[in-house]
Order: sequence, then C-alpha cells, then structure tokens
Amino acid sequence: MVEFLQFTLSGLSFGMIYAAIALSLVLIWRGTRLLNFAQGGMAMFTTYIAIEVIHGTGSYWAGFVVALAAGVVLGAVAELAVIRPSLGKPELNAVIITIGLLILIEGLAGIFYGGQYRSFPAAFSVIGLKVGSTPLGISRFDLFVAAAVLATTLLLALGFRYTSAGLRMRAAAFNATIARLSGIRVARVVTVGWALAGLLGALAGVLVSPSTFLYPNSMDSIFVFGFTAAVIGGLDSPAGAVVGGLLLGLALSYAGGYLGSQGSNLTPLVALGILVVVLMLRPDGIFSGTRVRRV
Amino acid sequence: MNALTMPRVLGAALVTAVVVVILSIQLNTFRDYQIAEIAIEVTAVAGLTVLTGLSGQISLGNGAFMAIGAYATALLTLHLGWPFYVVLVAAAVVTAAAGAVVGVAAARLRGPYLAGATLLLGVALPSLAEAYPGVFGGDQGLDVNFTTPAFLGVNFPLTRWQAWVCSAVALVTLVLLANLGRSRVGRSWRAVRDDEVAAALAGVNVARARILAFVVSATCAGMAGALLAIVTGLVAPGAFTITLSIALLTAAVIGGLGTLPGALWGSLVIILVPTYATDVATSHGLSSSVASNIPVAAYGAVLILVMLVFPQGIQGAVRWAAGLVGITSARTGRPASAPEGDELPPSRHQVLLTPGGDPPDPHEKEDTQ
Repeated sequence: MVEFLQFTLSGLSFGMIYAAIALSLVLIWRGTRLLNFAQGGMAMFTTYIAIEVIHGTGSYWAGFVVALAAGVVLGAVAELAVIRPSLGKPELNAVIITIGLLILIEGLAGIFYGGQYRSFPAAFSVIGLKVGSTPLGISRFDLFVAAAVLATTLLLALGFRYTSAGLRMRAAAFNATIARLSGIRVARVVTVGWALAGLLGALAGVLVSPSTFLYPNSMDSIFVFGFTAAVIGGLDSPAGAVVGGLLLGLALSYAGGYLGSQGSNLTPLVALGILVVVLMLRPDGIFSGTRVRRV
Repeated sequence: MNALTMPRVLGAALVTAVVVVILSIQLNTFRDYQIAEIAIEVTAVAGLTVLTGLSGQISLGNGAFMAIGAYATALLTLHLGWPFYVVLVAAAVVTAAAGAVVGVAAARLRGPYLAGATLLLGVALPSLAEAYPGVFGGDQGLDVNFTTPAFLGVNFPLTRWQAWVCSAVALVTLVLLANLGRSRVGRSWRAVRDDEVAAALAGVNVARARILAFVVSATCAGMAGALLAIVTGLVAPGAFTITLSIALLTAAVIGGLGTLPGALWGSLVIILVPTYATDVATSHGLSSSVASNIPVAAYGAVLILVMLVFPQGIQGAVRWAAGLVGITSARTGRPASAPEGDELPPSRHQVLLTPGGDPPDPHEKEDTQ
C-alpha cells in the first residue's frame, strides 16, 4: 500500500512534465495543425541557457526566469523564421522543417555547450518527504514541479477563457478563416501560440533536467512521452493533454515499480500498450469531440 | 502520366546497376561501405514513400520494422545457419506479418495519431531487445557472420560484395514498387489517399488497401534491416533509435514524397551530407566537440532549406529543371504532387484555364469547364 502511494505520487510528479510538453504540442496543433518535433530540442536549449545564467549569477531563479523568457523568444522566432514560410506547402514539409530545426538545435547545443552530461540544480530539496517514518516517494522539488505546471496550466486556461487575447486565440484555433474575417490577426495569434508553447517547453526542460541530466539529446525521450500523452488525451484538447500526461506518468511509474528489474526497459512498451488501447477505443484521443474529417 | 513504363524502369535499374558496379570497383572500401549504406536507406525509404506518399499514411516507426528484419536475420543466421538469400526472404516474410499487424491497428488512425502511435512503436520495439538479453543479446546485440561467396575468390573485398548485394536488393525493390505503383493496387492507394469516401464508393476496400500499404512498406524496411545486419555485422538496439525512423521519413520527404527516384535523392542527402560536412569540419582543424557537431547542425539547416526552397522535394526540383530544358517525358510518379503554378511550367491543363493563354480548341474548353 505504501509502495502504491509512492509510485502514485512520483508518477503524478513526472506526469506533470509530460503534461507540460503535451500542452505545448496541443497549443501549436490548435494554432497551426502541425506537430512541432523541435519542442523537446527547444526546451533542451533553453535549459542550457538557464544553466549558464545560474552559473553566472549564482541564482537559480534568475536562470529559471531567463529560461522561460528564452522559451518564449525561441518559440516565436521559430514560427516566424521557418514555419510561416512553409505554410501553404504540402503538410509534411512543415513537419520535416521542425525535424530539421530539432537537429539544428541539437547540433548547435553540441557546438556551444559540448556533448557531456551536465547536472542541473533543483529549486528545492530533492530528499524524499516522509510522513512519520513512511517515505512518500516524492520530494519538495517534486511538489514544486507539480505546482509550477499546474499554476501555468491554470493561468493559461484562465487567460484563454477570460481575456480578449485568449478569445482571439480560441477563435483562430476554431476556424482561422472566420476569425480572419472577424478582424483577428490570425498570423499574430499563431506566433503567440508558438511563444506560449515555447514557454511551456522551457518550463518542462528546467523541471525535468535535475532528474535526467542535461545533454543535447536529453529531451528526446521526454518529448516522445509528451507526444504520447498529447495523442492519448486528444491533440485538440488542453485538458486532454494534462489528463494524458498524468495517466502516462502514473502508468510508467507503476510499470517501473512493479515490473521488477526489467521495469525501466519495458516502460516504452507499456506506454505503447496504453496508447494502442486508448486509440483503439477512441481513435482521436480520450477528449476528442465529434469526429470531423475532411471529405 | 505513363512515364514509369516497365521497359523504362528496367532500363533505369540496369543503368544504375552498371554505375554501382563501376563505382564500387573504382572507389575505396569506405565508399563501398557508403554505397551499401545508401542502398539500404533506399530500400527502406522506397517502402515508406509508397506508404506515406501513395496511400497517405504517415509512419514514424519504420525503424521498428528494420529492427525486426535485422533481428530475424541475426537469429536465423545464428541458430539455423541458413544462407543469406533464404534468410533475406524469411526476414521479409516476418516483417510483412508484423506490418500486417501494425497495419490493422493503424487502419483506424489518421494524421498525428498515426504518427504518435508509430513513433512510439519505433521507440518501444528495440527496448524489447534490452528487456530480453537472453534471446536478443541485450545492449551488446548479436553478431552476424557474412562472407563473400567462394566463387569470387579469396581476394574479393567484402565491402564490395556487400555493396553489390545491397544495391541488387534495392534495385529489385524499386522495380517491384514501380510496377506495384502503376498497378490496380497503386491506383487504389492513390484513391484512398485523395478521398476515402469516394474510393469506398468506387469499390475500393479502404481498410484492405491501407493495410496492404503497411505490409509492403514493412517488408521493404525488413529487407533493409536484414541488409543492415550483414553490412554492420552486428544487430544491437542502439542502431534502431527514434533518429533512424525519423531519418527515413525525412529522406522520403526531402527526396520528393511518393516518388521512387525521390527515395534515391533523399537517401543520398541523408547519408552523404553528414559525411561530407564531417570531412569539411575535420579538415579545418576544429576542436572535436565542434567538429563532430557542425555536421549535425549543417544537416538540420539543409533539411530546413530544402523544404523551403523545393516544396516538392528534390525530385520536384529535378522535374522543374527537366521542364526548363524541355524534357517533358521526365515527369514521373505521382500526379497529385505535380507542378504548382508558380514553381513549375504550366501544364497544358493550366494553360487552358489561364486567361490570355493560347485560345483553346473549343472542344477541349468544354471538357475542362
């Protein structure tokens, strides 16, 4: 029972990070109907920027803020520089461009920062919390991870719901043509969507790196699981991204915990199993609306 | 649009075969190895370009099928000691079966959902090898023994023989795929890709067409995996990363999605650009971390540039160039990906619809409007 609680809590904590990546993918998908394969790479790069700032200033929070700001800038620049010129061309072109961007960013990270594994500091203690003498399987930092992702998600949700900028973004995602006819600058809205996605990715990068180390490919597997979470939840649904992330985090945590020594090797297979089951039941994710397909 | 006629395809394959033989004899061992690498890539990419370009299904997991083919090759060679030609066929059969299973699951999925599922397949499957080291050799992998046949004599370089075998398989695959693409099957794929409802109404069994495309694509990937096993002499999970699967799709799109010559162009880019960039970087005496990463960055930049400058991939650019010099018969492959107005010379159809163009024959005008 105690074990179960531990696996649950640590699963939720890691699930939050998958949720952040999934959410960033959903933001971009809703705006541009495009999967951004560079999301993990961008997060990796902003985390390197954070580590430089932390070493330079000695302040974790300075690095944290700079990373998020860099994420916003990187997201917007990527959209303006390489994604916008690819619009109107075959759909897969933009996907390959994001793959090119990922490879470019990973190469640049290798050139600037080298390929060796670097440790990344955590904001709070990573020593496991206990209730009485029972270890909970999570630390103060894990609580911070969960709180940070939840807070950001809530802020975004409130922003979408109650601000006029949020209304414009929802309108543009709902139907770009009608939004444009209503006087919304859809192109600008899309750029803002990429910037927000960059912020979420940067957040995920800073939050996950204390437990994974930082190297040019460090975000690859996080991206794959974040993508999986987004697909499980339904790419059109921000709520689905969060639920998908938590579900995947839990499942992988239980798999790693209960499957013994082979657990860590089998986690991708467990994730695949969950994905297949979910997609067989709901081919467009758990939170898919009525099925609309272009005829 | 009947540019890919059988005699022409066979002719092109023969010419390529002769070029490969001459090159492999002229060039050094490393280049022979590269020829083999390119041929392997072409085999896998050709299968993927058929799946994605013709039947309209994306796969980010064809590396998994390569892994299946490679492990099948290693296990069959190791335990049963079958000759390679038999093993190759067996590997193709095994991966075809795997492709059918995946295809059945994939037939309901679309776009990004299919991409996500296949991506995870590509990540998950190789981890089986690590989970069951007793069978699959774990991280260390399995050794594959492959030698030159006796009739070539003892001095015949192994890499040249590997280059020949790989190129032969690649060319046969290309010829078969070209034939398949022109057949009833290929037409049903295009119909399904362009409009499933219309295809179903026209009597195409949509699910069967989609599954068959996966089987064909997986078979090609499986054979590529088998070739990879004999060329590297080792089958280990490290060779079948997510990077491999993504590189396959990248090569297909860069080359020109849905076109078989495009599979060759894309494979050349994927194999040669990183090597070339590495040569340039090391020859300028850069520090090792910079020198080893410049090719990576350059490769990423090339992908972005090609996609922005040649939206139809390299084969699109080749057609455009051919159009410039008036070789109209160079048009091949997929009509739907053909010429966009501002990129390529207007086709006859477009001229008819353009105001101020040559006054069309009234008969034809009636047809087009």
